[in-house]
Amino acid sequence: MKIYADNAATTRTSRTAIDAMIPYMESIYGNPSSLYEFGQEAKVALEDARSRMANILGCEPREILFTSGGSEADNQAIISAAYLGAKKGKKHIISTSVEHHAVLHTLNKLAKEGFEITLLPVEPITGLITASQVEAALREDTALVTVMYANNEIGTIYPISEIGAVCKAHDVIFHTDAVQAVGHININVKEENIDMLSLSAHKFHGPRGVGALYCRRGINLTNIIEGGAQERGKRAGTENLPGIVGMTVALEEAVANIEKTTCHLLPLRARLIAGLSKIPHSSLNGDKVSRLPSNVNFCFEGIEGESLLLLLDDKGIAASSGSACTSGSLDPSHVLLAIGRVHDVAHGSLRLSIGEDITESDIDYIIESVASVVEYLRNMSPIWRDLVNGKREFIL
Amino acid sequence: MALYSDKVMDHFRNPRNVGAIEDADAIGEVGNAKCGDIMKIYLKIENDIIVDVKFETFGCGSAIASSSMATELIKGKPLSEALNLTNKAVTEALDGLPAHKIHCSVLAEQAIKSALKDYYTRNNIEYDHDLIPDDVECAHCHD
Repeated sequence: MKIYADNAATTRTSRTAIDAMIPYMESIYGNPSSLYEFGQEAKVALEDARSRMANILGCEPREILFTSGGSEADNQAIISAAYLGAKKGKKHIISTSVEHHAVLHTLNKLAKEGFEITLLPVEPITGLITASQVEAALREDTALVTVMYANNEIGTIYPISEIGAVCKAHDVIFHTDAVQAVGHININVKEENIDMLSLSAHKFHGPRGVGALYCRRGINLTNIIEGGAQERGKRAGTENLPGIVGMTVALEEAVANIEKTTCHLLPLRARLIAGLSKIPHSSLNGDKVSRLPSNVNFCFEGIEGESLLLLLDDKGIAASSGSACTSGSLDPSHVLLAIGRVHDVAHGSLRLSIGEDITESDIDYIIESVASVVEYLRNMSPIWRDLVNGKREFIL
Repeated sequence: MALYSDKVMDHFRNPRNVGAIEDADAIGEVGNAKCGDIMKIYLKIENDIIVDVKFETFGCGSAIASSSMATELIKGKPLSEALNLTNKAVTEALDGLPAHKIHCSVLAEQAIKSALKDYYTRNNIEYDHDLIPDDVECAHCHD
């Protein structure tokens, strides 16, 4: 049995995407900047991909900038909006405490350059924020609001169109890191008043190493990568055309199947949550309703996440954890801490992000495996012994 | 998984000496839940020989493997030998640990020392304070 339940980390590249990419390596391999036919064919394909991406997101082709992935798009969006604001004396940025590190670390860099960052606290357990929280935090000198569309760890989906409306009313740039949402939720940047949006191909069965930044016309981008005049001079480097074509095809495929995929995943997610909830002293992280159809995240008291992952791997299940041991730092996931999980409990977290091809029997196998591994690890845990003997109080 | 050696994975998957000794002659516990690892060592001692040893560990794969290996290295051995067990010996016996997991072997060494300290204290036996620091603690948490 092999079950890949880490689709929030990366996904299998779809056959359609792979097939669509091959011609751009084998025959139409010219540089889109070259004048001869090899290049011009590539240029046509590049602009065709841009139009199709724009069509899906509901924007103009010229508002799409191809990047190396979500992290680069986040960096460029945030730095651009910050520097635009600074020119007008606006050096305040609003974000949340549960953003991806691509956002948080960029904000830390800006803080060192003199920007003031407000990280909105999230609601315990659900991790939600409201548009009125954003509105209340807005100031005269706010240059940017950046709030993720959906959380990569706990799956919580944020009220993006409400936040977009607030930002529009106050004439503040609104960026969303939509890496976990694009291809999984229907998004229209204009209807949702999104000024900038980051996406990454490999989260929706596209290839690695390619992404895009949607940037509303009129917002002047700052270059992160200097060099040639590609991407209207805003992102140097020969375009990754096979990747861009693969991403476009993968996104079209994912978007065409959103309803079907969601209908398939929702009952299976509910079954998985119900099954894991039966494990004593466990608790679901993230919101129950406003949640990605693929995401399930639990904390299990008395155990540590890395050993849980290794034993699940032995059973053929690929998953992820927010424990310190898996993050390579001493602290567990900042997201779990932000939603109010204490260290002891956050170390025992498990994220399962299921894909389209998961079946009901896979779900039952996951439940059974997690339950037996958790029990096994608890039986060798001194913390669990203390909890059971009443020497330590249960948190969950 | 390439993260760990086969030896580590073997001791993680099939840990030796797991459990508790109800009438232990000594118990040592180090680490804390906040850091994500706690090791507890139970010893049964007769005529200065460790006749039985068990462990309980809350922690990652290398923490469990380090505990298992450390108990194997001291089982049946005289106290003097257990007292000289180093984290390096544990790491080597496991065919190495990734750099950021070395602290797991340190914790195993300290857990054993903490148990030995308990034994000496219970029995009013003088011991070498250089080998067993007064404050046996999980060093990496306090860096």
